[in-house]
Amino acid sequence: MANFSIIVVKRLTNAAALILAVVILNFLLIHIAPGDIVDTIAGEMGGISPELIAKIRADYGLDKPLYEQLALYVLKILQGDLGYSFFYDEPVVDLIWNALPQTLLLVITALSLALVIGTICGVIAARRPNGAFSHFITVLALVGFSAPVFWTGIMFLIAFASFIPLFPPAGMVDPGLEPGSLDYYLNVLHHMVLPVVTLALIYLAFYSRLSRASMLDVLGSDYIRTARAKGLSDRVVVYKHALRNALIPIVTIAGLQFAQILSGAVLVEAVFTWPGLGTLALEAILRRDGPTILGILFFSSIVVVIFNLLTDLTYNLIDPRIRIGSKE
Amino acid sequence: METKQYILSGAKIIAALTVVGAVASTANAADPKRGGTLTIVDTANPRHFNAAVQSGVATMVPGAQLFATLLRLDGQFKTHPYLATDWKVSDDGLSVTLNLRKGAKFHDGHDITSADVAFSLKANRDNHPFKAMFAPLKDVETPTPHQVILRLSQAHPALSLALTAPLSAIIPKHVYGDGQNIKKHPRNTKDVVGSGPFRLTAFKRREHIIMERNDNYFMEGPFLDKIVLQNFGQVASQIIAMEQGKADMMHWSSSSRTLARLRKSNNLTVTSDHYVAIGPNNWIAFNLKQKQLSDVRVRQAIAYAVDRNFVTKALHGGFSKPSTGPIVPGTPYYTADVEHYDLDLAKANKILDDAGYKKGGDGMRFTLKVDYLPAAAIDENQKAVAEYLKPALKKIGINVIVRVSPDFPTWANYVRNWDFDMTMDVPFNWGDPVIGVHRTYLSNNIKKGVIWSNTQNYANSEVDAILAKAGVELDQAKRKNHYVKFQKILARDLPVYPVNVIAYHSVFNNKTVSGVPDTVWGTAHPLDRIYKLK
Repeated sequence: MANFSIIVVKRLTNAAALILAVVILNFLLIHIAPGDIVDTIAGEMGGISPELIAKIRADYGLDKPLYEQLALYVLKILQGDLGYSFFYDEPVVDLIWNALPQTLLLVITALSLALVIGTICGVIAARRPNGAFSHFITVLALVGFSAPVFWTGIMFLIAFASFIPLFPPAGMVDPGLEPGSLDYYLNVLHHMVLPVVTLALIYLAFYSRLSRASMLDVLGSDYIRTARAKGLSDRVVVYKHALRNALIPIVTIAGLQFAQILSGAVLVEAVFTWPGLGTLALEAILRRDGPTILGILFFSSIVVVIFNLLTDLTYNLIDPRIRIGSKE
Repeated sequence: METKQYILSGAKIIAALTVVGAVASTANAADPKRGGTLTIVDTANPRHFNAAVQSGVATMVPGAQLFATLLRLDGQFKTHPYLATDWKVSDDGLSVTLNLRKGAKFHDGHDITSADVAFSLKANRDNHPFKAMFAPLKDVETPTPHQVILRLSQAHPALSLALTAPLSAIIPKHVYGDGQNIKKHPRNTKDVVGSGPFRLTAFKRREHIIMERNDNYFMEGPFLDKIVLQNFGQVASQIIAMEQGKADMMHWSSSSRTLARLRKSNNLTVTSDHYVAIGPNNWIAFNLKQKQLSDVRVRQAIAYAVDRNFVTKALHGGFSKPSTGPIVPGTPYYTADVEHYDLDLAKANKILDDAGYKKGGDGMRFTLKVDYLPAAAIDENQKAVAEYLKPALKKIGINVIVRVSPDFPTWANYVRNWDFDMTMDVPFNWGDPVIGVHRTYLSNNIKKGVIWSNTQNYANSEVDAILAKAGVELDQAKRKNHYVKFQKILARDLPVYPVNVIAYHSVFNNKTVSGVPDTVWGTAHPLDRIYKLK
């Protein structure tokens, strides 16, 4: 197990260096883009004066040389200070903290649904690989994965918020409801349906296909043939022996994809006016709100690192070969 | 019958008639009902609500509900009392005396006094981006708690407009006078204290703004219990919300497709007259430092090749109106009596031929780039017109390349650094020419690095002189004469070629809402007279 600790420490050190590199690179990228927060503020106000421009630049330290700005920012990050948003004049940490739960709610629900339903569909399809259900899964995968998520989202919006008005067209909750009451949670659930289904659909298609392929692969192995020869029922063979191994690639991809799903969430959040981290990041980029962009990227880098680590740990639980291998 | 019985029965009849009459008058549909929530489809994302130090529609709309101003403007540009009950301008125009309403209070119960007014006007002068509004304000005297005297460095006819919502706001000195930076003051978004018809009760960024009735409002009303500005980021969801009755009203809408669709619904009324003071002047700006565009004949030829009718009728479905000059139609100083440059390709070609710009083998005389302001909400006015220029100017031998900027800061960076040939732009008039018009044409406002200054590098000393006179002329008729001269010169010089006015519209559910404001500022005006029908 000592080996394991060394591996974790090594991983974390690499991760820290990587995150720092991400921050510096993004800082430079933001400054290469033409225009800055002064333009955003002037645009919003419909006019600006030279005195105000100078004041804003001085306020936000934009009149200092680039290397000085970068050094100051890195120092702050190392102390855990993500700074203040140029646009909102609020701490970046607060902005992220207020937006994160909304995105997590959307993403985790969608991903869980997609994983569970997708895996089950794939397993069922694998048991009869040339059956009608299996073909249906293949076609669903093709359509679900190819359709652009903002198009699917708008189609759902039109179908279920306008044509058959079952769901609200925007937002996370009706204005006026406060967290704590049952009304509030039911209302959020009601608002969640369309965006979650939209987001889940892409990944549902993907995981059902992946699960089917992985399952077929495992079902063809020697030890499965042995289990069947032993006289075990089909049910036990599939769900007790094969599934566990078939899950390995699915878990890998799911862990890696969590980071990716955050970017898919941007489009869904935009279509459904879901107040999450995705749209916060998008708006910050269009506004040249440096601290917010960097804060979100910094935060995302940490999330990716954590998830990679968690994926590795989950392997240890699922795959005994890896567990035993690390002991030697 | 005996006399006594006559009188009694007569009295009963009179009493009955009185009751019937009373019932009939309360059943009159024109009587505003109290109560209800008005939900408005919103897309703005305000930084904060302090309209004394921040402009922009996002702040001005809620700002006008939370903060009162000294005066208010009706639909004919006439000023009315608000926090000020009366006002008097001295004969030389250098001092303005205003008497304040006694008993008017802020949301937290404090009285509104002349000290607050003095504080607010100076804060506006020192912080608001529209410097021209209060630059002439030298001092504010407060002889009594309910009287202010404004001392000006010059006569300032634009002042009365500057004293109306949305251009200013009376803010409490006891809250903002604590030494913190007013522009970043925490009370700009939390526990906001104003004296307007509504108080801020909830503000969830990117979700909604909830404002509730101020029960101690010093004017009549407001009739609504609550106004909710709800964020609907996606156009499809905005339309669905209005059609499904999830929202009662949409404001600042200019997309012709959206308006054409909503207009079809019997429940919805689409109207635009009440935004006229905003004056979004959609034009083609020319960089006068560019080789060919420095020649006025080239600019005039381009003007003859651009068909305003095509833009307003075909591109905008008839929802926008043509603009013929720096001052927009429907405002007090506008004149239509200028050269309109109606479509005339033969004339345009002749001008360029005579000026010596020969056509090459490919039929083109020279190439010009055109930029446009990238904002999805006004794509019809900016992007569509820029793209239209390509085929339009091809007919007179000018090759147009459309340069696409992915976002506003990219575009602003080009234009403010004079790195452009032609660009679409849409600065606002903001009610009085001194505030939003002069800045484009004064030669002393040629300031590199400042967007919406005189980025065209236009310098005409005659125009400078006329604008200087018009800016201080208190006699309305004389002032109009100055501006008429100004518009004629500009129609000849064409540093910019105005195409159309962006027509902002309100869409409201006529089954549930009545009393859309009689003003020229759209919804950036106190919504104290609007009410719900059910």
